[in-house]
Amino acid sequence: MSAEIIVVTSGKGGVGKTTTSASLATGLAMSGKKVAVIDFDVGLRNLDLIMGCERRVVYDFVNVIQGEATIKQALIKDKRHENLYVLAASQTRDKDALTQEGVEKVLDDLSKDEFDYVICDSPAGIEKGAHLAMYFADHAMVVVNPEVSSVRDSDRILGLLASKTRRAERDNGSVTQHLLLTRYNPSRVEQGEMLSVKDVEEILGINVIGVIPESENVLAASNSGVPVILDDNSHAGQAYRDTVARLLGETRPMRFLDAPKKGFFQRVFGG
Amino acid sequence: MGILDFLKRKPEPTAAVAKERLRIIVAQERSTRGAPDYLPLLRNELLEVIKKYVNVDLEAININVERDAGHEVLELSVALPDGKPAGSAAT
Ligand SMILES: Nc1ncnc2c1ncn2[C@@H]1O[C@H](COP(=O)(O)OP(=O)(O)OP(=O)(O)O)[C@@H](O)[C@H]1O
Ligand SMILES: [Mg+2]
Repeated sequence: MSAEIIVVTSGKGGVGKTTTSASLATGLAMSGKKVAVIDFDVGLRNLDLIMGCERRVVYDFVNVIQGEATIKQALIKDKRHENLYVLAASQTRDKDALTQEGVEKVLDDLSKDEFDYVICDSPAGIEKGAHLAMYFADHAMVVVNPEVSSVRDSDRILGLLASKTRRAERDNGSVTQHLLLTRYNPSRVEQGEMLSVKDVEEILGINVIGVIPESENVLAASNSGVPVILDDNSHAGQAYRDTVARLLGETRPMRFLDAPKKGFFQRVFGG
Repeated sequence: MGILDFLKRKPEPTAAVAKERLRIIVAQERSTRGAPDYLPLLRNELLEVIKKYVNVDLEAININVERDAGHEVLELSVALPDGKPAGSAAT
């Protein structure tokens, strides 16, 4: 059995890829899967912070690719889930340190080591790092915000997934495409100020696998280095749980798509 | 509506505009995906030629690349303005 490779990608920067990678990896691990999550953002390491393992990084992805460390030495075991591992990006090298053969070898080694899932947290853009993060993918989680430049970029990325990946080049089926709409604000959608789920689905011609609301808890989660999916009380965390369940084949209704009903006080005084 | 609502300036409901703009640009970008990258330049030079006869702007020129079994068709369409010859408006 080889590991299923999932790339988390977007084109546009800052839309929530790393947040999503951390929660997706954690959620899959909570379902009993053996999971590795790799930071492809060479030079701008961040996943370690969001996963809360920044002080335990000894070797990184580039060290492994250049043969300076083994994959076993470089994988950081998660504090909370024993079947979850993080492979940090290098902070000192540049993007050219990643090679296609090197990435392939790391992914093969993870497969041999009986990982069920490898999550690839892509850097922004469509340059080398983003290309390598998606190249070997079986599935793609395209993260999009309800905003014009993000939607346009995600269409660009969907095009690249269909043409510039190993599966596409070898005519070996295609990369399964999932659209994840994040930073969704139902009140603004109701006011006609923000694209709705339906708008985004219509424009891109693909249905969403989940909708993550804009939530204060995401910042709190990254402040404390605990992926937001572990925050049971937050809507964002619950929406990520639903998304992971759907990815594993469950059917779950979409939640948190409606604005909270205003109370009497708010109706009278606005707000 | 709260009584104080009129005191607060609300952002304009612009989502519909965003949707329409995206619909058009995404369709255009999809149709020229993987097509030769001289297309934007071609479109511009065509504009120069057409302008000698009719006063149109760049948005009026649509380029599509259709792929059929084994061959590609470059499809061009120019939306003409309502009956104004170039002589009067353009130079
Ligand atoms: N659902 C959400 N609600 C509120 N804030 C969010 C949400 N998702 C992400 N953010 C915030 O958005 C910012 C960018 O998130 P993140 O780092 O995950 O994006 P990214 O796509 O990985 O960025 P980059 O392209 O730089 O790698 C962060 O400050 C994060 O806390
Ligand atoms: Mg990131």
